[in-house]
Amino acid sequence: MTEPVVDMRGISVEFPGVKALQEVDFRLFPGEVHALMGENGAGKSTLIKALTGVHRIAAGEVRYAGERVSFSAPAEAQAAGISTVYQEVNLCGNLTVAENILLGREPRKLGRIDGKAMRARAAELLARIGLHIDPGSVLESHPIAVQQLVAIARAVAVDARVLVLDEPTSSLDADEVAELFRIIRVLRDEGVAVLFVTHFLEQVYEISDRMTVLRNGRLVGEHMTAALSRIDLVSAMLGREMGVLEEIERRSGTPGEPLLVAEGLGRKGSVAPFDLEIRKGEVVGLAGLLGSGRTEVARLLFGADKADSGRLLVDGKQVRLTGPRAAIEAGVAFSSEDRKAEGIVADLSVRDNLILAMQAARGWARPVPRKLADELVAKYIELLDIRPADPDRAVGNLSGGNQQKVLLARWLVTQPKLLILDEPTRGIDVGAKAQIQKVVADLAAEGMAVLFISAELEEVVRVSDRVVVMRDRQKVAELDGEVGVDDVMALIAGGGDHGVDQGVEKAVAS
Amino acid sequence: MKNRLLWPVVALVALLMLNVVVTPSFFSVRLQDGHLYGSLIDILRNGAPTLLIALGMTLVIATRGIDLSVGAVAAIAGAVTCTHIASGGNAWVAMGLALALCAVLGLWNGFLVSVLGIQPIIATLVLMTAGRGIAMLITEGQIITVNDDSYRQVGAGFLVLPIAILISLAVLGLVALVTRRTALGLLIESVGVNPSASRLAGVRARTIIWTVYVFAALCAAVAGLMISSNVSAADANNAGLWIEMDAILAVVIGGTSLAGGRYSLTGTLLGALIIQTLTTTVYTIGIAPEITLVFKAIVVIAVCLMQAPVGIRVRVRGKQGVPA
Amino acid sequence: MITPEVTATATAPGRPRGGLVNVPKRFLPVIATFVVFVATFGVGSVRYEGFASGQVMANLFIDNAFLIVLAVGMTFVILTGGIDLSVGSVVALSTMIAASALQAGWPAWLVVVTVLATGSALGLAMGWVIHRFGVQPFIVTLAGMFLARGLCFVISVESVSIKDPAFRELATGSIELPGGVTITYGVVIALVTVLAAVYVLHLTRFGRTVYAVGGSESSARLMGLATTRVKVGVYVISGFCSALGGLLFSLYMLSGYSLHAVGMELDAIAAVVVGGSLLSGGVGFVIGSVVGVLVLGTIQTLISFEGTLSSWWTKIVIGALLLAFIALQRIIVRRT
Repeated sequence: MTEPVVDMRGISVEFPGVKALQEVDFRLFPGEVHALMGENGAGKSTLIKALTGVHRIAAGEVRYAGERVSFSAPAEAQAAGISTVYQEVNLCGNLTVAENILLGREPRKLGRIDGKAMRARAAELLARIGLHIDPGSVLESHPIAVQQLVAIARAVAVDARVLVLDEPTSSLDADEVAELFRIIRVLRDEGVAVLFVTHFLEQVYEISDRMTVLRNGRLVGEHMTAALSRIDLVSAMLGREMGVLEEIERRSGTPGEPLLVAEGLGRKGSVAPFDLEIRKGEVVGLAGLLGSGRTEVARLLFGADKADSGRLLVDGKQVRLTGPRAAIEAGVAFSSEDRKAEGIVADLSVRDNLILAMQAARGWARPVPRKLADELVAKYIELLDIRPADPDRAVGNLSGGNQQKVLLARWLVTQPKLLILDEPTRGIDVGAKAQIQKVVADLAAEGMAVLFISAELEEVVRVSDRVVVMRDRQKVAELDGEVGVDDVMALIAGGGDHGVDQGVEKAVAS
Repeated sequence: MKNRLLWPVVALVALLMLNVVVTPSFFSVRLQDGHLYGSLIDILRNGAPTLLIALGMTLVIATRGIDLSVGAVAAIAGAVTCTHIASGGNAWVAMGLALALCAVLGLWNGFLVSVLGIQPIIATLVLMTAGRGIAMLITEGQIITVNDDSYRQVGAGFLVLPIAILISLAVLGLVALVTRRTALGLLIESVGVNPSASRLAGVRARTIIWTVYVFAALCAAVAGLMISSNVSAADANNAGLWIEMDAILAVVIGGTSLAGGRYSLTGTLLGALIIQTLTTTVYTIGIAPEITLVFKAIVVIAVCLMQAPVGIRVRVRGKQGVPA
Repeated sequence: MITPEVTATATAPGRPRGGLVNVPKRFLPVIATFVVFVATFGVGSVRYEGFASGQVMANLFIDNAFLIVLAVGMTFVILTGGIDLSVGSVVALSTMIAASALQAGWPAWLVVVTVLATGSALGLAMGWVIHRFGVQPFIVTLAGMFLARGLCFVISVESVSIKDPAFRELATGSIELPGGVTITYGVVIALVTVLAAVYVLHLTRFGRTVYAVGGSESSARLMGLATTRVKVGVYVISGFCSALGGLLFSLYMLSGYSLHAVGMELDAIAAVVVGGSLLSGGVGFVIGSVVGVLVLGTIQTLISFEGTLSSWWTKIVIGALLLAFIALQRIIVRRT
C-alpha cells in the first residue's frame, strides 16, 4: 500500500480533568474511505479536532503528506488541504450556492467580484460531484441534503487531499445518502482520502474500506471493513459495556390495560397516519433511522406538533391534541431528543429544572412549596445518582448524562402515566446509560407505560417489551416478544432497492 | 447574582460620594410641613417614573423581549387622562380609562410578540412610532393643561414622602413579592432562558409573555400619569420622550442581560437610581446640564464594560470545547 | 425540531434563470415596497393637481437626501443583524461641528474632512466595543447616541448658522435636469452614496461577507471570512454615512443645532424595514431602503398636500406601514 497521507502517532488530548484521547494511532490513506467508529464519548470528534487544529495535542505527532505538522486553526488545516464538513450545515442560507462554495476565494477582477466567473467555477465544482443545480440560486431554497452536498463542494473546492465528514448523513433520507455516497466514491476514485464519521453501522459497511474503532479515548483497533463482522464491530465499540447492559433483565410480566390508543394519527409531510397502542406497565420501543418518523410520532403523541388526522385516547378518554399542556394534563410526559435546545433550561438550577414541569402544571399562582421541592430534589438526586449532588448548581454546568437524569426526574415528579423518552441515552457515558435503562425497566415494573426511542437497536430491543418499527415516515411493523436486532434491522432497511439495503444485507450475511 | 450587583453599587456609591464632596449637605433631609425634602428625595422623586417603567422592562427583557413603546404609551396615558379631565370628567375615571387603554396597548404588543412571533424590538417599534401620533390625535396636537387636585397628587403630591416615590416603591415591592413568592419569576426566567424547552415542559409561554407586555404597558401608563400630573398637563410630543432608553439602560446597568433569562429587580432599582443620581450630580457639581448626556454615555459604557467579561469568558469556553 | 422535510430530489433541475415570471422570494419585499411607493404616489397624483410632477418627485429626493444616506449606512448595520441608534445624534453632532468650525473660519474642505473623520471614528469606537466586549449593539449605540448628543451641547447650546460662502453655494445651487426639474447637489451626493453602497455590498468581498455574517455568523467564521473586520466595519460605514448625512442636513438647514435630527434614527430604521430588510440580518437591499425613504417622504408630502390632515397622521401611517411590512416578512418567512 502507498504511504498514508495522514499519520497520527501516540496522540493524547487532555481537557481539564479529562483525558479525552490517550495514545491513539491513526492512519489515513489516499483514495480510501475510512470510517471512524465509536460510541458517543469515544473520542471521534476529539481526534478529528486534534487533526484539524481545533484542539491542542498534549502528546504525539501528526504527519501530513509525510511532513510533521501542527495546525493551530481549522483555516490552516484547510489551507493545507484538509477540509471538514460538519454535521450541521455550516453555510449561509441567505447567499447563493456559488457564493457558499467560493466565498473568501471568489474570482476577482480589479478588486471586484467577477460574478460570471464565480458561477462558472462553482458550476464546474458542482459538476465534479455530479450535482446539477443552479449556482446562482439561493442556498436555502434547496433541501438540507443538497445543502450538505454544497458544503462538500466547498470542501473540495480547494483541491482537498483529505475530506473529513463528521456525521454528514444524520439528517438525510435513504436516497440522499445514496447520492452522498456516490459523490464520496467519485472523490475517493480521484485519490481523495475520506474520513467518515457516522452512527449508522449499515452505512459504514456500504461505503468504507477501512475503519478505526475508538472506545473511551483509546484505540481499539484498525480493521479492513470487509474483514470485520458486524458483531465483532459492535463488541469492539461497546467493549465490556455489553456486560453491563445485559444485566437488565427483560421482565416477563403481563401488560395491563391499554393506556394510550392512537388511531390513524398523522401529520402531512411529517408522518403517515398510524395506529398505536401502549399498555400500562409496558415499554414500547420505537426503532427506525433518524428521519424515519420515530421522533415525529413522539411529538404527535405529545402534541408538540399538531396532528392533522386521527385521534388519541388516553385511559379511554379522547384527548384533544392542542399542545403539550393538553398531553401533560392527560398524564403524558415527553423528553425531547434535543437535550440542549428543548430540554434543559441551562441557566437555572437543578432544583428549578427539576420542578419546572410540575410547576408549569400547577400554574404560576401556586408555587411548589420550597420544602416539597427540596424533598423531591433530594429524592431524585439520590435515586438517579445525579452528580454533583448540588441542587443550586446551574444545570448547564452538569455533564450530559446528569442533565438527562435531571430531565427524567423533571417528568417523574409529575407522576405521568405515559413517559415518552426520545433518545434519552444519546451522547452520555456508559454508566449513566445503564442507570437510565434500569430506571425505565423499574418504572414499567411499577405500572408506568413507556415509549422508548433510541438510535441504538440493541438498546431498544433490550429495554422494550414490544418494538414498533418506522421507515420512510410510516409505521411498518410491530414486533412482540423476543425480537432479534437483525429482525428489526431488516425491517428498518425495508424491501426497496435503496443504497442502504446492500449494506444491511452484507452485515446480516457476515 | 451578588457579583453582578457589585459594579452598579460601586458606581452608585461613587456618584453619591462625589455629590457629598461637592455639596456637604447632600445627604441632609429635612421635614417641612410634614413633607420630606432634600437632594436624596429629589433623586427618588424624579427617578420614580423611570424606575416604574424599568420594572416593567425588566420582566419583558427577562423573557428575551424588549419594549420600545413605553414612552409613547406613557404619553398616551397622560393624553387620555388630561383630555378626559379637561372635558369635565372625573380624575379617577380618567385615570381608569388611561390604564385600561394602555392595558389594551400592552395586549397588542403581547399579541405581536407571542402570537405572531414577531421580533420584540420591531413589534414594539410599531407602537413607538404610531403611539405618539395616537397621543397627539387624542390631544388634537395641543398641550392640554388641567387643574385637578386629586390628579395632581399622583405626580406632585406628598404623603410625608412624595407619592410618586411611594407608588414606584410599592410596585417594586409588589413585583418582588409576586415574582418571588409565586412561581411567576421562575416561569419568566425559564421562558427567557429556553423558550422551546419551557413550552415542552408545559409552561404557558404565550401567556407569560403576554402578561409581561401588559404589565410593562401598565407600568408605563402609571409613569405617564406621574409625568403628566407633575406638570398638570399632557404634552403628547415630549412626555416620556426617551424614557424607554433610560429604562432599558437601568435594566442593563442592573445586570439583567438583554439576552433574557436571569433578572434582578434590585439591580434595576440600582440602575434607575444611578441614572437619576447622574443627572442630579451634573446639576449639583455645576456642569452645564446639557452635558448630562455625555456623562450618561460614559457611565453606561463603564458599567457595561465592567460586566462585559462575561462575553469574553464565553468565547474562551467555546474554544476549549467540551470533550465529546 | 422535526427533521426538515426533504424531498428526494437531490439533483433538482436548475431553475430557469432570469425569468420574469418566477421572481425569487428575496425580491418580494423590495417589490412590495416599490408597489407601495407607486401606489402612494399614484394616490397623490389622482387627488391633487400638480402632485404628479417631476419636481414633486425631485423634491422627494431633495428633502430626504440626508435620510437616504443614513438609511444606506443603517442597511449595512442591519444586514449584519446589528442596529445603530446613534445616527440621529451623529447627524446633529456633524451639523454642530460643521457650523461651529466654519464660524471659527476653517476652510470648507477641512470641515468636511473633520466631520467625516469624526463620524467614522465614533462608528469605529462603537463597533470595537461591540466586537471586543460582546456588549449588545443596542446598548453600545444607545450610549453612542447619548455621547454624540451630549457633545453637541458641549460645543454649543445655541443654534449656529452657517454663513460660509462655499457651503451656501453648495446648498442653494441647483442642477437643471431635462424637463425643467431641478435638484440640489445634496441629491447627487446621496445618489453617489447609494451607488457606492450597492457596489460594495454586491461586488466586493467585504459586502458579501456582510450578508454572510447576517446569515450565519458562526458559519461565516468557519468559512474563514473576515467577520471581525465586517462586524466593526459596518459601524464605521454607518458612522461615516451619518456624518455625511449630517453634512447634507447642515446644507439643508444651513445651521448647526444640538436638537437637529432628534429621532431620525427611527426614521432610518423604519425606512430600512419598510424597504424590505429583516432586522435579524442577512436579508435586504440598499435599493429597498432608498425606496423605503421615498415611501416615508411621499406620505409626508401627501399629508402636507392634504392640508386638513394633521401631521401626527404621518406617524400613525408610518407605524401602520411598519406593521404591514413586518406581517409581509412573516408570511414570506413562514412559507420558507
